[in-house]
Parts: sequence; structure tokens; C-alpha cells
Amino acid sequence: MMDDSVHSRTAFSETLSLNLTLNGEPLTLQVAPNAVLLDVLREQLGLGGTKKGCDHGQCGACTVQVDGQAMNSCLRLAVMCEGQHVTTVEGLARDGELHPVQQSFLECDAFQCGYCTPGQMMSASALLEDDRIGTDDASVKEAMSGNICRCGAYKNILEAIQQARVQLAHDATAPRKEGVA
Amino acid sequence: MRTFAYSRADSVEHAAHQTTPTAAFVAGGTTLLDLVKLDVMRPSELVDINTLPLKNVEWLDDGRLQIGALVTNTDLAHHPEVKQHYPVLSQALLAGASTQLRNMATTAGNVMQRTRCPYYRDPAAACNRREPGSGCDARHGLNRLNAVLGGSDACVAVHPSDMCVAMAAIGATLTLSGPQGEREVAFQDFHRLPGDTPHIEHDLADGELITAITLDPPLAPAGSYYLKLRDRASYEFALASTAAQLSLDGEMIGEARVALGGVGTKPWRCPEAEAALVGQPAEMATFERAADIALGGATPLEHNAFKIPLARQSIIRALREATRLARQGGKQEGLA
Repeated sequence: MMDDSVHSRTAFSETLSLNLTLNGEPLTLQVAPNAVLLDVLREQLGLGGTKKGCDHGQCGACTVQVDGQAMNSCLRLAVMCEGQHVTTVEGLARDGELHPVQQSFLECDAFQCGYCTPGQMMSASALLEDDRIGTDDASVKEAMSGNICRCGAYKNILEAIQQARVQLAHDATAPRKEGVA
Repeated sequence: MRTFAYSRADSVEHAAHQTTPTAAFVAGGTTLLDLVKLDVMRPSELVDINTLPLKNVEWLDDGRLQIGALVTNTDLAHHPEVKQHYPVLSQALLAGASTQLRNMATTAGNVMQRTRCPYYRDPAAACNRREPGSGCDARHGLNRLNAVLGGSDACVAVHPSDMCVAMAAIGATLTLSGPQGEREVAFQDFHRLPGDTPHIEHDLADGELITAITLDPPLAPAGSYYLKLRDRASYEFALASTAAQLSLDGEMIGEARVALGGVGTKPWRCPEAEAALVGQPAEMATFERAADIALGGATPLEHNAFKIPLARQSIIRALREATRLARQGGKQEGLA
């Protein structure tokens, strides 16, 4: 038998203490060992922006960023996020200003029903920061293939991502305007 | 989802002693949590290994590249040494799953991923792999996606990995750490054929952990190519795939490595096909003969006979492309 005194074990009914940074704010909460990140976000923290689609990593509606990388929150235990930075769609806008990806999704009409949109935008904003992914349309489509859109808004989603890329490059070079909402 | 106990491994040595036969290690969790939700896997305890120092990629003195068990599929695919010296591995990794899943999934976890056979994933179905002795609903069921190579009466489930097909072609060694210490297993010997015991999927003993996978030295100068054929252009498992690697000696083939995915019950290396390539002219007739040899033992089920010509064509095309790249001096990068 194993020596339980050496390693801290969690009995079935116990909860675990979890420390993470959520949308830029440090957070400590108690979670069950089998609590899935997606469910903790939606049910325990009331952050309904992250959507539950297939719940098996096949549709991408639940995509969040963990330490800047897009991940399926439905296939990640909350306790595995100890010490990590988790960003949901609620954390994408900064200082009351929409993220360029959010703005371009609006301007390009990159959704119909909107259910997949938070996941699409979390994948899109991650890929735009990832210099390992090509900037051409084919590379973007390939990198976005883990986000299914049942309405079929793919054409406008691609357009929105490429428009946001231009805006991000512009923001990076232009001095930031003060006091613009 | 069923509940389970949870602990974090604080060292490789402890991890091996920390598990019980009903416990499971968790790294990326993409297979495990999916299957726990489906009630296909029922671990009493998860031992989280993510904090272990198994995230390095480094050359060994003998010219082999060692990959830590916890290197993510994304990081491995984009690793400069992999892209330069093992482009077929980079291509295979990027052909698999989605960006999100590759960001989570690890090298060892990819090796340990389970079949996508729908009857394995459905606890109400008969499946000898999931529940020994229960039968196989796939054999006479909707078996379009099942195996044509390596199947048995007990099981015809396909091994789903792309990464493993590239590793089978490259040649690799797994380092395992367990209660009895460390040992090494050739990649080819790690996954088992189903035979009468499809529930025994691999060579890991209770408590053993994969700590590293070491690739054989790269073939040089050589061309290599991973060709994956599937029902949609991205984010889909292979119907048939080929990892091909060959070196040229003038117009003749020097060394050759061929492995198949999507058609076999394990990552399917084709030594007889390779032998038929070596020393032969690098031309269509040679490739066609090698492909015929590779699929000589293929046995179709009711709905998947199409996989045999599909796999044959994938071998021929991958060998043609690898030859073209070898003629260019082997200069290529993994697909972006």
C-alpha cells in the first residue's frame, strides 16, 4: 500500500484550494477535484460568456486562454490551473474598450446566433499573438479549425481576424489616444 | 462526471509510487477527461504530473533527440530542431487535432491516447477493449473507420494518433520510470496488437510513467513527408495516412522508412515495404510495388474496403513527395 502521509491526498468529498489569476485578478477558490474549468467559470463564478457546446473538446465553444494559449476549458480540471493566468471572453476588453478582435467581429458581422463567438474570439486573439502561426488566410483557417460555427459564419470570421490583425499592428505603432472610450 | 481523488506528483520517483492500479496519471487531460465524462475510464484517483521537470527537448551525445514527456504537441511541432531535422514529425503533429487540443496535449499523452472507435466510446456497446469478454460491436457494425491491418476477432479499433505514425517511421525509444526503476522500450514494441487481449493496449506496467521519448538520429540527407487523408481538410482523424522518409543514392533509394496511420490497430511501420524500396530506383513503379507489399495483409470489413486503395495511394504520394524533397537536398520545414 502507498504511504498516504508522504503525499497529500484528497478524499472524494473534499474540496481543494485553487489559486489562479482570472482576467487579470488574483483569485482563490475552493473546487472539487473533478470540477472542470468550464463548469467552475459558468456555475461557480457566474461567468457565462464561456459556452458549453459539446463538452468533449470537439466544438471549441468553451475556448479560454491559459497562460496566453487557447485551450478547451471543458477538458481541463480547474485544479490543473493552479498558479496560471486564465482569460475568458469577459477579460478580453480592456479599460472599457473592446479588444480589436471584438470590434472587428462586430464590424464584419462575424456571427449569426453568437453561441460559438466567445470561443472564436478567444482562439482568434491568441493566434494573432502567436508568431508561430502564419498570417495568410490558409494558416488562419487551419489554426481556427477547432472552433466550429454551426451557422457557417466562417467567411466573415476569417475577415474579422485579418481586420483585427491590421488594427493590432496599427495600435502597436501608433501612439495610444487618451480618453477615447 | 464521476469523482476521484487528486494529488500532484512532486517527483518522477514519487509519481511511480504514488499510483494504485485504479489511479491514472494526468498530463494534458484531453483523452482522460473526455473518457471519464463518457464513463469509459473510471480512475479512482488522478495523479497530476504537470509540475514534473519533463519539458525539455535536447540532443543526446549519440545524435538522438530526447523529448520530455510533458512537451506539448504545439511546442514539439514548432520546435526548431524538430522542424529542421524531423519535419515529418512536425507535419504529423500539426495535422492532428486542433490548436486548442495541441496546446494542452503532451508527447507522452499522445502516445497514450485511446482509440476513437465509437463502440469503445459507448459504455452501452460491446467492446473487448473497454470490457474484456463483452464482444466487439464494431466487427459487424458501422465499421467504416475501423482497421484493415492488425485486427483480430476481438478488436478492429484504429490507433488514432498522427504523431505516433511519424515516430514509428523515424524510430524511437520510450523511457519508462516505475516502482522497479527505469527501463527503455522500443517505440515499435510499446503499442500491442489486440489479439485476444485488446484491453492490454501497451507495454506500461502498473505505476509506470513515460518520462521521455528519444528519436533515432535523423536520416540525412533525406526527404520526408506526412500525408494525411481524411473526411474534412482539418480537425479530423485520418482515414489513411503515411509518414515516409527516404535518402537517395543518386537515382537509387538509400534508406527508407514507411509507417501508416488510420488503417492499423497500432502505429503501423512497414518493414517489408521499406525493404522493397532500398536499392531500387526512386520511381513510380518502385513506390507502387512497396505500397502493394505494405497492404498485402490488409483485411477489409464490411464498410471500410475503401481504406485499402486510399492507403495505397497515400503511400505512393508520400514517397513521391519525400523523393522530390530529398532531391532538393532535404531542405523543408514543417507545415505552418
